[in-house]
Amino acid sequence: MSARTEILDRLRSALHDAPAAPDIPRHYRHESGLPGDERIELLRDRLLDYKAGVCVVDEPDVPARVAELLGKGTTYVVPPGLEEAWTALAPGRITDSAEEPLSVAELDAADAVVTGCAAAVAETGTIILDGSPDQGRRAISLIPDHHICLVRAGDIAGVLPEALRGLDGTHPLTWISGPSATSDIELERVEGVHGPRTLDVVIIRV
Amino acid sequence: MSSTYLGMPGRPVFGDGNLHATEAFPTAARRELGNAQLRANLGHATHTIRDKRLRVVAELPDWEELRDAGSAIKESVMARLPELLEEFEANFTARGGKIHWARDAAEANKTVRDLIRDAGADEVVKVKSMATQEIGLNEYLEEQGIAAFETDLAELIVQLDHDKPSHILVPAIHKNRTQIRDIFLREMPDVDPGLTNNPARLAEAARVHLRRKFLSAKVAVSGANFAIAKSGTLAVVESEGNGRMCLTLPETLITVMGVEKLLPSWQDLEVFMQLLPRSSTGERMNPYTSLWTGVTEGDGPQNVHLVLLDNGRSAALADEMGRSALHCIRCSACMNVCPVYERTGGHAYGSTYPGPIGAILSPLLTGITSEENASLPYASSLCGACYDACPVKINIPEILVHLRAEDVDSRRGTRKTPGQMDVAMKAASWAMGAGRRMALAEKALPLGKLAAGPDRKIKKLPGIAAGWTQSRDIPAPPAQSFRDWWGKERGKSAPGENAPTITRQKEKE
Ligand code: SF4
Repeated sequence: MSARTEILDRLRSALHDAPAAPDIPRHYRHESGLPGDERIELLRDRLLDYKAGVCVVDEPDVPARVAELLGKGTTYVVPPGLEEAWTALAPGRITDSAEEPLSVAELDAADAVVTGCAAAVAETGTIILDGSPDQGRRAISLIPDHHICLVRAGDIAGVLPEALRGLDGTHPLTWISGPSATSDIELERVEGVHGPRTLDVVIIRV
Repeated sequence: MSSTYLGMPGRPVFGDGNLHATEAFPTAARRELGNAQLRANLGHATHTIRDKRLRVVAELPDWEELRDAGSAIKESVMARLPELLEEFEANFTARGGKIHWARDAAEANKTVRDLIRDAGADEVVKVKSMATQEIGLNEYLEEQGIAAFETDLAELIVQLDHDKPSHILVPAIHKNRTQIRDIFLREMPDVDPGLTNNPARLAEAARVHLRRKFLSAKVAVSGANFAIAKSGTLAVVESEGNGRMCLTLPETLITVMGVEKLLPSWQDLEVFMQLLPRSSTGERMNPYTSLWTGVTEGDGPQNVHLVLLDNGRSAALADEMGRSALHCIRCSACMNVCPVYERTGGHAYGSTYPGPIGAILSPLLTGITSEENASLPYASSLCGACYDACPVKINIPEILVHLRAEDVDSRRGTRKTPGQMDVAMKAASWAMGAGRRMALAEKALPLGKLAAGPDRKIKKLPGIAAGWTQSRDIPAPPAQSFRDWWGKERGKSAPGENAPTITRQKEKE
């Protein structure tokens, strides 16, 4: 008998008492009811708590802020669909796409990466990437040591259920809440182990 | 040979691997109790996480509603497990993933080895995973000539020190920063000899040590925290980014997961991703969560495998009272509140799963007749703190009592004369069963004074109680019982007998 058949048989006989599947009580919060500016504030507060950098800017100021965060002489990676205007003031741009992917060594040599995001969750300080053209392959937001993530204020959800409703779970998803961190040594939190050690989130007011 | 499912309850088939303690809890605990360093590190850690957890849990107005939903979702998963597994398999496979089923630890190990060899690799990078620890994968691969590199900082520390994890969330919690520096200096060939014990410097050393491995690895092995049946999606929750490195960069990804980890739908994830980080690290959200559904062209591993592991889970599921132990999401909140775990540490439990959940899960997976694991359900004071802390409301104390009864039952036939423990337990329950008998028993109290030395401590008790006095002194019982005192003071019988209430006493005065 195949392992599959045998395991499924074992599980079926384990349920010999035919337990009923209960109804799921979903009385937890599905909406936060927070107005837009309070969501921005909450997201900012949570991200700062994780030691991420956060700034809130109006759309026309994005290029200048991105250039400032990148600094001089920086080479940085962008996904193919990132709004070109946003990085127009910063030279050193390299584009990565699924069709023409950069090698791991090239990504490792880049100083930074700039991406958009699919959604953000204010209450938990989380940004979510889903591989869309403005976010790119998973590797690009992982290997360079500095990640600049652009979040449109309209994409910020108050609580997690609000954000997940709009996502397609079959896309490869990366949820990011602050930079890489560990608390494995005497529970003292240290930011920056294997993922990007610096995370800057630029919230764009519209 | 083919077999048809006849709807008859079969004999449960138990798991093996690192689920078996090599010695009984009392023996191991006695040794661990002598390790003051361990107790100090552990006490600090459990209290810190516990306080953080309480703070972030208190922030959520709907915490109890989330627990109720989480508990009901898991109960429904267990009731529908076979069909959900088939649904998951169909969806994961349709998107390019491959599923392998493993009846036990040996079969899972062999499957993983074959997949690694097929990929032409002789080393793998690993994401911290309880399932692969349970089956002893690292040891097995080593025997087979395949090197497995743990990439979680704590697992790396434990692996470099040839030690065992002592906590499921922070496996190296029993070591302090100086011990960790010494391990790095001794075991990392390329480490800076001037390395200090500063945690940031230590984390940096680990980063440098592993970076090249990550960027060149061909095969990674991981566990999974959740699997969503409806879409065929897997999820890994982590902090350091080592998980993302392993899940994204290699060509081949092999995940090993217990069959119980399923969630029916995408919506259920919102419940567990609120319960898990707050319960485990006391954070609002862990730094990184990765989700993947089979293969995504042009992004991430192109050979994606999942080994679905039984290893005793079907046996645990067959236990009507114990099956809710399979609801466990391995958050470790129960160990951080457990007074027994706090003093003995994780090593005393022997099995991969320590603490309150380990005390029920290990014997459920291996069967209570497994000689050493049979002592685990006694490793508890039944104080109930674990039940209160558990995000999915597993009633651990109730299952502990159920397993103790099962242990006593299972041994009844094999022993000709009742053991001292049986006699003591019987006597205790008989005496405590009625106030009058308890009163009689307490009349013997002054005898206890004879056993005590001049410092009013009892240093050595006879028989089974000797184990108790081996590592501690017992204060001698008072010369007079509370009942006697009450009787003399109030001139009436003690409370509980004919139950004179305090108000009535007061009325009389
Ligand atoms: S039993 Fe509950 S509290 Fe303990 S690890 Fe499992 S989910 Fe967490």
